[in-house]
Amino acid sequence: MKKEQVPQDSCKSYDGHKKLIYAVDENGHYQGVQSSGWEVEGFATEMAVQALDEQLNDMKKALLAGTVSPIAYYLPLYRFDLMSLAHASGFFQWQIKRHMKPEIFAKLSDKKLTKYCEAFNISLEDLKQPVIKE
Amino acid sequence: MNAIENKISHQQSSHCESGVVANMLNSQGMNLSEPMVFGLSSALTFVYLPIVKVGGLPLIAYRMPPKSIISSVCKKLNVKVNSQKFSNPEAGMKALDKALSEGKLVGLQTSVYWLPYFPEDMRFQFNAHNLTVYGKNEQGDYLISDPVFEDVVTCPADDLKRARFAKGVLAAKGLMYEMTLPTTEVDLAPQIKSSIKKTAKMMNGLLLPFFGNKGIRHLVKKIKTLKDKPHKDAAMFLGNIVRMQEEIGTGGAGFRFMFASFLDEAAAFLNDDALFEISTFTTEIGDLWREFAMKAVLFCKNRKNVTIDDVAASLEVCAEQEALLRSKLLQWSK
Repeated sequence: MKKEQVPQDSCKSYDGHKKLIYAVDENGHYQGVQSSGWEVEGFATEMAVQALDEQLNDMKKALLAGTVSPIAYYLPLYRFDLMSLAHASGFFQWQIKRHMKPEIFAKLSDKKLTKYCEAFNISLEDLKQPVIKE
Repeated sequence: MNAIENKISHQQSSHCESGVVANMLNSQGMNLSEPMVFGLSSALTFVYLPIVKVGGLPLIAYRMPPKSIISSVCKKLNVKVNSQKFSNPEAGMKALDKALSEGKLVGLQTSVYWLPYFPEDMRFQFNAHNLTVYGKNEQGDYLISDPVFEDVVTCPADDLKRARFAKGVLAAKGLMYEMTLPTTEVDLAPQIKSSIKKTAKMMNGLLLPFFGNKGIRHLVKKIKTLKDKPHKDAAMFLGNIVRMQEEIGTGGAGFRFMFASFLDEAAAFLNDDALFEISTFTTEIGDLWREFAMKAVLFCKNRKNVTIDDVAASLEVCAEQEALLRSKLLQWSK
């Protein structure tokens, strides 16, 4: 990539920041050039962010409808997936899936719930009674 | 609280790990570019691990696993790395303060998600982000040189503690490291040669079809099977590849441009025209990866004139050219 071809597409995900890209000058030698984003990359990022937002919205609705426990809502809110939350909380993935059921969640001890509080960095009250952000 | 500010020369970098090493060494008087650090550590590779899922999508990487840049380049340069992990977060923060008060620069492994200075859309649960702490201000906030940012930043103590001790995949466990320069100067020439040879040898892949050229071809095959999947699933799969290649601190084209920059610098250092030609060839390969990313995203956007086969074919060209690059590098480093 030539340095004048380094994209300056002002990607939304960069939030005004610039990244460093290596590109060549007219003699084919490299130098660092700042980029405000590449539309192609930005599209892929936004697609991923949108997928997470959709998941979060679905869980928000399900939580309000009482069909899932707060764990199911906080998981996408804090950008976890089952594997990363399993590592962060110390539970197995199948346990987390169980804890997403309201009736099972209601019976969990505070000791177990605290593990989730630590992973999400929230209080026990917030875990039990989530304040849903719009 | 007493403010501490140790001397650092912050240089914006493409990638966190190579950037931290370059900044920490240069601040102490060495003179190494980020691409040189990246090249010397033989960090360039390709990995496609369909069995390991991140957010439901397969793991794809264009470099060696976290921490390998620090360990291999410091070994090559005879730099002593003193690293510590902690089971107790308070002890970890105390040790950081102590090292800072002794005038040291301290490298940390952290979780991106808990660093408040990151833009919202870039914050995700990734625990292997490197940065350098160089001091503390009157309010007790840490002064940080985060290599992927334009300028130095600050971070409140509580957030930094959380970022250091976040649990999860690749958990840092408070990892901090200091680097001490060698007393005798190291001759770079033989190190450049051996690191290029190592990179070239890895490029074919190991026995398993997940690494190097074999990994790329494996991914080509997988992309072809997306034809039978709903468009949305195929788009998510391709979007993930593009993110890993372009977004995650790679300097563009999955580190290929950074490696080409290393070859360019090495060629000048060794006064070697043949190596400069290989650098130019690597630049072309980087451009091919960018073309692949563009085609993949055009497919995601549902442009009728771009098919899955076009996307796969574009990636196959990358595999073919990298096979050629491998033989050129092996020939050169013989």
